[in-house]
Amino acid sequence: MTATAAPVLALRGVSKRFGAVQALTDVDLEIRPGRVTALVGDNGAGKSTLIKTIAGVHAIDSGTISWKGKDVRVARPADAQDLGIATVYQDLSLCDNLDVVANLFLGREVRRWGVLDQVTMEKRSRELLDSLSIRIPSVRIPIASLSGGQRQVVAIARALVGSPEVVILDEPTAALGVEQTAQVLDLVERLREQGLAVVLISHSIADVRAVADEVAVLRLGRNNGVFDVATTTGEDIIAAITGATDNAVTRRRTRKDGSDSHE
Amino acid sequence: MSKDLAPDPRLLVRERGLAGYVEDFRRRLRGGELGSLPVIIGMIVIAIVFEAQTGSFLTPRNLTNISVYIAGPGIMAVGIVLVLLLGEIDLSVGSMAGLSAALWAVLSVSNGVNDLVAIVLAIGAGAVVGSVHGFFFAKVGVPAFVVTLAGFLGWSGVQIWVMGDEGTINIPRDSFVRDLNSFYFSDIAAAYVLAAVVTGGYVFALWRQERRRQAAGLPTRPTSEIALRGALVAAAAFITAYTLNQHRGLPLALVIFLVVLLLADFMVRRTTYGRQIFAVGGNAEAARRAGINVDRVRLTVFVIGGALAALGGLFYAAQAGGASKSLGSGNLLMNVIAAAVIGGTSLFGGRGWIWSALLGTLVIQSITTGLNLMGMSSEIQYMITGAVLLLAVVLDSVSRQTQRSAGRT
Repeated sequence: MTATAAPVLALRGVSKRFGAVQALTDVDLEIRPGRVTALVGDNGAGKSTLIKTIAGVHAIDSGTISWKGKDVRVARPADAQDLGIATVYQDLSLCDNLDVVANLFLGREVRRWGVLDQVTMEKRSRELLDSLSIRIPSVRIPIASLSGGQRQVVAIARALVGSPEVVILDEPTAALGVEQTAQVLDLVERLREQGLAVVLISHSIADVRAVADEVAVLRLGRNNGVFDVATTTGEDIIAAITGATDNAVTRRRTRKDGSDSHE
Repeated sequence: MSKDLAPDPRLLVRERGLAGYVEDFRRRLRGGELGSLPVIIGMIVIAIVFEAQTGSFLTPRNLTNISVYIAGPGIMAVGIVLVLLLGEIDLSVGSMAGLSAALWAVLSVSNGVNDLVAIVLAIGAGAVVGSVHGFFFAKVGVPAFVVTLAGFLGWSGVQIWVMGDEGTINIPRDSFVRDLNSFYFSDIAAAYVLAAVVTGGYVFALWRQERRRQAAGLPTRPTSEIALRGALVAAAAFITAYTLNQHRGLPLALVIFLVVLLLADFMVRRTTYGRQIFAVGGNAEAARRAGINVDRVRLTVFVIGGALAALGGLFYAAQAGGASKSLGSGNLLMNVIAAAVIGGTSLFGGRGWIWSALLGTLVIQSITTGLNLMGMSSEIQYMITGAVLLLAVVLDSVSRQTQRSAGRT
């Protein structure tokens, strides 16, 4: 692993309990600027809980969250936003009836003498979208007229309006087609080039291997290894996700390979 | 959508000049964005039919009467438009209007409270009633339909209780409420000055905005479009002013209605609060995640709706000559909601504009007045108004479907 920069955000020994369920146990995670950290794990492994603790939706029970080396408390979504952590949730959180500019600036409108400053907002929207090489037909059309991929990139661009340092993407490619997925992955790479720390949650090993620098695996609410993507195979990551080299995925592959060779 | 990677990011920006404007208009129609076109065509049809039937529909006298009659329901419809933008409904506006008129009359006439103080208290009562509805809807989570249905019954009861032994309370000669119906600025300059101010303000605002956009390097509207829009507004304003001056001049009722419309339109389109109303109506969860206080937006919209219903109730009392136990019952509620929908505000939330209150009440009042001129009885009026409302909602639904298939819900 080539940990060049110091982590901007570090979680140490984080635990979270919901009633009888121990969702996270002693989880460590380090997120560095200019790097894409993929967070993978099976359903119920605790990925969503972990990003929600970072985003301030759930307060942690024990452990520490440190921001640039200093311990911080993240109890509310506003705390995370104030630190510079932006989260793009799976279900996008855009208003279909509003245009792109209105969505980008929703909740942080630019005003001029108490009145919405449409001109400045439109100008900054164009600059932001241009800087990310995002192409949409017009910034003045409602979100409803955009395709799924365009909506996803608008949602990601929206997270960047507040100039965050850490961007968390919750399954950004889950519902997208091949070309749209490529668009979103391109965007993730541009975020990294701009020096942002990106946390990418994904079920797609192909996507993870395509853009991530390192992969943190969660299994049953615990760390199950951090891998450097360049030196790790997809099989190793799958093994870490499922907890063993002997699992349903590898058995299936062996079976198929075996039958191929017999024929 | 197959045009994901359109080579030109400004693909949908229309061409310069009038040709581009016509092209843009055609594209919107094909995409199902009818906007206020159906209602304007409808109004022209209504005017032609009634003028042909009665010969007295387009007289200055009749048009002046319509302009006075639309003020009360129109102001209430502005409140309904705001509630509809949230994706909710307020069934209690009729009762709130009646209650407000009753409170004003009992305070001012029976108890000798100062006329203007009583008016302010009546409007304040409307705001309080709206805040009660808003509280149960936004904070407790009862559907607005049910809360306001309960309000519809309950506040009618309070209205009858407030009126007490009095069946009706007539408006005193010197009351301001009487002026709401009968005061006219008889100097012909008043109407023309107002028309000039409205046109001038509109063109100036457009021109200034385009200059700022140009300075910021954003695409601008062609000058021909500003001229065309200005000419249309000027034509409407000056023809109205001329017609009003042919009869008794500019009615106070119309002035107050226009002020309410302009203020509400400014609030909805130019302020953060207005943006928040659209956001909550479009996707409440997204609005919440964007840091918008959804409960507060919902509650305050019902407060504004209640205050406007109370103000409209005073106009209604002025036309009826006084407050009564049954004022505001009957078809007032349905007419107001129908007006908002006919004018082009969607029942499904997040889409619409304030001016639909003006367009819709104009249509409904024109039909009522026209049928009265023809000597039609009220049952026919109910049936025709019902049919027009159904037509408007059908248009709304069909245009939504067309927009969805054209990829612009």
